[in-house]
Amino acid sequence: MIRPGKMIKQVLASIFKKPATMLYPFVKSEMPKNFRGKLLFHPEKCIGCMMCMRDCPSNAIKIRKVGDKKFEADIDLGKCIYCAQCVDSCVKKALEATREFELAALDRKNLRVTFNAGPEDVPKG
Amino acid sequence: MHKVIIPIGPQHPMLKEPESFSVTLSGEKIMKFSARLGYNHRGIEKACEERTYVQDVYLTERICGICSHSHSTCFVQAVEEIAKLEVPKRALYIRTLVAELERIHSHLLWLGVAGHEVGFDTLLMYSWRDREIVMDILASLTGNRVNYGLNAIGGVRRDVSAEQIKDVLKAVDALEERTKYYIQIATQETTLINRLSGVGILSPKDAIKLGAVGPTARASGVDRDVRRDDPYAAYADLKFKVITDDHNDVYGRTLVRMGELIESYSMIRQLAKKMPEGPIAVKAPRKIPAGEATSRYEAPRGEDVHYVRSNGTDKPDRVKVRAPTLANIQTVAKMLEDRQLADLPIVIAAIDPCFSCTDRVTMVREADKRSKKLMEWEELHSYSIHWYKHHGIDFSDLNKKMRKKLG
Amino acid sequence: MLIFPGLAFLMIFGWAAEYIDRKLNARLQNRIGPPWFQPVADFIKLISKEDIIPEEANPSMFRAMPVFALSATVTAIMYIPLWGTEALYSFKGDLIVVLYLLTIPTLTYFLGGWYSTSLYSKIGAVRALTQLFAYEVPLLMSILAPALLADTWSLSRMAVFYNTHPWYWLFNLIGFAISIIALLGKLEKVPFDIPEAETEIVAGTFTEYSGRLLGLFRLSIDIEVIVGSALLAAVFLPFGLSLPPALGFLLFVVKVLSIVVILALARTVFARLRIDQMMVFCWKYVSPFAFLQIAINLVLKGILIR
Repeated sequence: MIRPGKMIKQVLASIFKKPATMLYPFVKSEMPKNFRGKLLFHPEKCIGCMMCMRDCPSNAIKIRKVGDKKFEADIDLGKCIYCAQCVDSCVKKALEATREFELAALDRKNLRVTFNAGPEDVPKG
Repeated sequence: MHKVIIPIGPQHPMLKEPESFSVTLSGEKIMKFSARLGYNHRGIEKACEERTYVQDVYLTERICGICSHSHSTCFVQAVEEIAKLEVPKRALYIRTLVAELERIHSHLLWLGVAGHEVGFDTLLMYSWRDREIVMDILASLTGNRVNYGLNAIGGVRRDVSAEQIKDVLKAVDALEERTKYYIQIATQETTLINRLSGVGILSPKDAIKLGAVGPTARASGVDRDVRRDDPYAAYADLKFKVITDDHNDVYGRTLVRMGELIESYSMIRQLAKKMPEGPIAVKAPRKIPAGEATSRYEAPRGEDVHYVRSNGTDKPDRVKVRAPTLANIQTVAKMLEDRQLADLPIVIAAIDPCFSCTDRVTMVREADKRSKKLMEWEELHSYSIHWYKHHGIDFSDLNKKMRKKLG
Repeated sequence: MLIFPGLAFLMIFGWAAEYIDRKLNARLQNRIGPPWFQPVADFIKLISKEDIIPEEANPSMFRAMPVFALSATVTAIMYIPLWGTEALYSFKGDLIVVLYLLTIPTLTYFLGGWYSTSLYSKIGAVRALTQLFAYEVPLLMSILAPALLADTWSLSRMAVFYNTHPWYWLFNLIGFAISIIALLGKLEKVPFDIPEAETEIVAGTFTEYSGRLLGLFRLSIDIEVIVGSALLAAVFLPFGLSLPPALGFLLFVVKVLSIVVILALARTVFARLRIDQMMVFCWKYVSPFAFLQIAINLVLKGILIR
């Protein structure tokens, strides 16, 4: 039956339901399990093949050699598009995508993250 | 009566993305309407030529935020056709599942935007609240709410577990109930029907002549759907109806989109039942052999066409994208003849414009001339300086100031 | 008189009504909505910003319009009986004066938009006047009907009449419904918010206004809600007028807020109409009921007042 104000019943019922808004800073939302957030680099597994650098669509990751079989990674969080192609391309599974997504910073310099290699980080075998 | 030309300029509350329209009004009646595209041009086609195929999958995905999976799948299909790869069945099913979920999310978004354009904010809030169910499902399946990053050349990157399929089916049940409620509202709320009916009329002959695609054409009775006419991915195994309508106006387009939502729910249920086991990708070579291919895809807005030409290296030679909105935007001028200004927002919203998809390299050809004009880089540079000088804007002292500042 | 029922009372009550309207709208849409101090915060923010006047606009008219709108609405409250049967000042024929004073804000919207010389403002201004032609006749007719029954054009004498004849206000219920629809048009709320349609003409009349002038315009809209609802409450709901002042004040607040709640509900449930659809609707469907109410009242006057 066509009449104006058809939504009135649902609309009035909404007064008694919990609002759908989440008060964000006070109530954090959980991201699902395989969410592609900030990258995490494990220097002890890296062998320096540079496949991640070749496949990154935006040149966000750079691998540097700092010693014999020791590599460090510089990731620019501003350039990264969080596609996790590097995670798939890495043969030794040295990269991993975490669930962290609150990555805003006030200064662009703070967006460059470096993962240092400790003295004992040498790949085994 | 006195005529005014108002710019529905690049920035306007009715447009979600920048595009410039200039409307000649006489009182409230629209006399002339012309569009000027290009505000969202980012040089994606050229950028595709400088990146490898693996990187291009992500670049084509970012042509548009709402139909991102459409562009990436269409590109990957073209590349797989050149490289003659046999994509495993399970990968095709997963691609189709995400494609239908994307269609649901896009149509629910459209419903909210249409409600907002006619001043019905309640419909916006309700339909976008229900859209969150789809976004959460997509986030758990693919890892992100938009720009899914699911495709890889040769298959998909992630597998779908049985528990995730159960979640998808539960979400689809909840959404189907809500969609039936929205269909009831759209067909029975008087003020909404008054705003949507009789507005944006496009006869079937005009729809074919101007090249309309997608729900815009299907609401005028043009029975074309790439999923049925030229099946790709897993659509050859699915049974579904192509929804057409003969209202020829915005109301018809609403009904077509709501009908497509119900069809998508049934398609997802069929996919969940029939999902085959198997690998999810084949290994694709880095260097694609020389060749060219065109692939078509039914995006939520219409038919999306990608053309890829390769030359044996690991970077494509030429990528061309024809988005559905580019085909639909020419119908807007026809639909707005002799209408009022108040109809403008809903008519533009009814073709579901996505200007990020639209702004690619476009060749404008006069209707009666047969020759094409092509400009080189230097000629384009001097033409633009001359155009601005002709309109009274001189950049020469700005150039001098910048050179002085940069030393 | 400055405090009550003057500017201070109207401002506070207007902000409270705007808060209730926005909060109710939000809850009906399953959202949380703004906190209680939001309208006050908006006003203070607008007052503290700079006004930018377009180059081609007429500066004196541009600046004068919000002041006229505010002063007209604040003056109108003086003649409306709030909870006793006596308004602050009353004289014969003050019903007509109140209705004219309430038309002045619409004229200021038109003039303010016209003198802004921006294309969107001009379209919004012309739409405001066109809308005036549609709703003004049902509004006047339906408010005149109870006045006819009471045989007087003074609001205070009407209140006295209905106080001495309780239950006579039930005859005017059709008029009440019609006047609420017409009030939606006067206050430019959905489904009749055509002059300020956000998605079509940016902000209509108020496109070029900013800073203090926009703050005054928004304040005058809030106060117009209160004054319009108070007028409707005085004309159509004149019961409980001989209660002691404290209870009478509470009853008055309840009456006005219930009308505000009805307006907020209408805002949530309807879509916006086009200007030509609104004309058709008002003249074809709304005005005949207003005429019907007048006819009923004339007949009743013959029968009852003998």
